[in-house]
Amino acid sequence: MSAKIAYADVEVGTELPARTFPVDRERLVRYAGASGDFNPIHWNERFAKEVGLPDVIAHGMFTMAEAIRVVTDWTGDPAAVVEYGVRFTRPVVVPDDEKGAEIEVHGKVAAKIDDEQRTVRVDLTVSSAGQKVLGMSRAVLRLA
Amino acid sequence: MALDQSFVGRTYPPTPPYEVGREKIREFAEAVGDTNPAYTDPEAAAALGHPDVIAPPTFVFAITFNAARQVTEDPQLGLDYDRVVHGDQKFVHVRPVRPGDRLTVSTTIEAIKSMAGNDILDVRGDVHDEAGELVVTAYTKLVARGPEADAPAAETKGA
Repeated sequence: MSAKIAYADVEVGTELPARTFPVDRERLVRYAGASGDFNPIHWNERFAKEVGLPDVIAHGMFTMAEAIRVVTDWTGDPAAVVEYGVRFTRPVVVPDDEKGAEIEVHGKVAAKIDDEQRTVRVDLTVSSAGQKVLGMSRAVLRLA
Repeated sequence: MALDQSFVGRTYPPTPPYEVGREKIREFAEAVGDTNPAYTDPEAAAALGHPDVIAPPTFVFAITFNAARQVTEDPQLGLDYDRVVHGDQKFVHVRPVRPGDRLTVSTTIEAIKSMAGNDILDVRGDVHDEAGELVVTAYTKLVARGPEADAPAAETKGA
């Protein structure tokens, strides 16, 4: 493993480059196929509304997969991620228009855990349409 | 109705091996829109010290969640799956998943709680390779909403 970020160069409070990820219906269909999660709330507007949702929503696991990209783009080596957890607090609503939705992800180093293991904890803030969609979104990374 | 606490600690038999495919990893990375070459280019992965391409950190969920059906579809437990939403998810990686891995999942019910009319189920999936080595553990919290919790469904449905 060879993360391109060195433990010694990182401080508590270090911010990771923020990113915004677009999500439209096509992307949800692709994710459904790739992940095998064909729950119709992620592609069928009629069904989503019948079960009380405002519209089709993104897979929580899709949002989780997007959010960690802020970390893996930063470290270069995705295997730097030794732990990654989130709480699904609000759905990402994806309208069937030209724009779809956006997932905004910010990350910063919240703690240096172990000098010998070179592990740090990164806390992620993940929102869509101005509201947080993931809570307790944290990753433990082993750096170079 | 509250779930039977005697299921806490129950471990289900390991699933048949799932063989991880190189193109399945590529398909997943492309679906997420992630162009990190470690997922698709063996040379780029080798430059990072990996013997082959690796899977993204959440790739294994498709395997562990499928295995968790042993729990959600266990007629003795009697979970009403139509009411289940995904509450929390966590992965603890020992090493990245790679093409050719033949992965089995042992699923354990770690906790059953009842809160505000909802049943909350903590399920752990230990993923082992063919040599029996632990590769990754997936922790999944499932929330089965009680009948009176229908109104805020749109707010909480996150899976």
